[in-house]
Amino acid sequence: MSATGLRLILQTAILAVAFSVSGHAQERLAPARGGLEAKLEYCKTCHGLSGQGYLGYFAMPRLAGQQPEYIEAQLRAFIERRRSNPVMQNVAHVLSPSMVTALAMHFKNLNPKPFGGAPRGSIATGKKIYEEGLPEANVPACSACHGNEGKGQNEIPRLAGQVYPYLVGQLTGWKQQRGQGTAVDTSAIMAPTAHNLTRSQVEAVAAYVSYLQ
Amino acid sequence: MKRIGLKLAILAIFASTVSAWAGESAAVRNCTWCHGAGAQGYTVAPRLAGQRPQYIMSQIRSFREHARNNPFSRQYMWGAVAALDPYTARELANYFATIAPKPANDGDSTLASRGRAIYMEGIPEANIVSCYACHGPNAEGVRDIPRLGGLAYSYLKGRLEQWGQGYHSTPGSPMPMVASHLGPEEIEALTSYLSFVR
Ligand code: HEC
Ligand code: HEC
Ligand code: HEC
Ligand code: HEC
Repeated sequence: MSATGLRLILQTAILAVAFSVSGHAQERLAPARGGLEAKLEYCKTCHGLSGQGYLGYFAMPRLAGQQPEYIEAQLRAFIERRRSNPVMQNVAHVLSPSMVTALAMHFKNLNPKPFGGAPRGSIATGKKIYEEGLPEANVPACSACHGNEGKGQNEIPRLAGQVYPYLVGQLTGWKQQRGQGTAVDTSAIMAPTAHNLTRSQVEAVAAYVSYLQ
Repeated sequence: MKRIGLKLAILAIFASTVSAWAGESAAVRNCTWCHGAGAQGYTVAPRLAGQRPQYIMSQIRSFREHARNNPFSRQYMWGAVAALDPYTARELANYFATIAPKPANDGDSTLASRGRAIYMEGIPEANIVSCYACHGPNAEGVRDIPRLGGLAYSYLKGRLEQWGQGYHSTPGSPMPMVASHLGPEEIEALTSYLSFVR
């Protein structure tokens, strides 16, 4: 075999490899993008058409403006059954890791008005709990972690504009729903605070944050 | 459709002369001559017995505003609510809600268990949502989300198909999106299951 013949074969081989790589990349990207859009529409069927939350038989939380790290952490918690909810466990267990990341990023930039509807009677009490805590009951100021405006950061969730019955359900049922199984996760950080709040204090602080823009 | 219309008209004459049962006001009879004795549903007019009062109110509003625009709604309900004042509408909604609903039991029973599985879990791989999340574990509904349990198979089927065809009902409703992912097999299974739920 001559030198030029060998070079030609090598060249075609390299070309073929390069071509098949870019071909694969395209194949994988196209359905992934279509798949992401359809999946997002599916999420919004339950979580509200602009991610603002919705009240069905279950309260569906607001995802709009939520921290991507938090969404990702919670989807993992549903998949690994550290967080119990029959509806979301089914939704989450078919999501691939890359889909989880892509979905989590999407909601960050949505900014619909709060869902609203919470009773307004104890908002002032709620604001005080949020900003100062209840030292006598071992409840820290929520703002210390969730931020002055309730926007959260990283694995600490945004609370601003969250659906009121959802917040009350989480804070009164923390131990039954979150941090299930033996692995210790970030839910443990909130457990004592949720435990130390009375029902009426939960309602007050939930009503306050549900109206934050 | 013409034939069903005629049937309804004949039934109407029949029902209004014969079965005026005790205790029912004229306002109620204005509805039950189509919606059947005890508002349990008749042919194309769905059961109203046991329906959520807020949902009945929301649909009366949708008919009045012509937002619910499928052929039967145009033909029968736009006229039926045109002269209904809000006070009577509320009274009727509350009255129908208190009547114990009877299941239609007219679906294909061999599809019921498949239907129940889709109802409870959805098909997440195909972006089909769990109906349970909104309509409740026993399809009983809540607030303005309707009870589905025991409604007639053909009525439910028509509704799910019509959303897919672009007809509307309630502004801002998630149902057009829900229905757009359902294929004929899923609709058959879901509506069969639901017709048996009591
Ligand atoms: C069939 C209805 C339904 C669908 C579809 C659905 N969800 Fe949910 N989701 C819920 C419910 C109900 C909850 C509340 C669970 C609870 O009470 O613990 C929830 C909770 C969540 C949470 C936790 C939020 C928080 O503040 O802690 C995240 C994150 C989430 N869903 C993401 C998604 C994503 C992403 C999708 C689309 C892939 C999706 N959901 C589709 C019903 C649904
Ligand atoms: C020490 C930091 C810290 C403080 C203080 C704190 N939180 Fe949290 N909170 C967290 C973390 C971390 C999470 C996420 C838990 C998880 O991963 O499950 C969380 C989650 C929550 C959630 C669940 C949100 C959702 O979308 O499901 C609510 C509600 C909440 N906190 C309310 C409060 C309130 C009310 C206070 C004050 C009384 C408070 N938190 C104080 C760290 C804190
Ligand atoms: C001429 C016959 C007729 C009369 C009279 C009538 N209806 Fe209807 N109604 C129908 C039909 C047919 C439908 C189904 C429309 C469809 O297929 O979307 C319907 C649907 C409804 C629905 C929607 C139910 C659901 O599950 O979505 C409500 C609510 C309703 N009617 C209330 C009333 C009330 C209240 C009255 C009395 C004031 C009344 N109807 C009188 C024929 C009638
Ligand atoms: C996110 C909440 C939500 C989910 C999930 C949902 N629905 Fe609905 N459904 C509604 C609401 C709200 C209405 C009333 C408004 C309307 O008619 O558009 C409704 C109405 C209906 C009706 C009309 C009933 C009547 O009396 O005319 C049917 C049928 C129905 N849904 C079936 C289903 C089925 C089947 C599923 C699951 C595949 C499902 N729904 C999932 C919220 C939901």
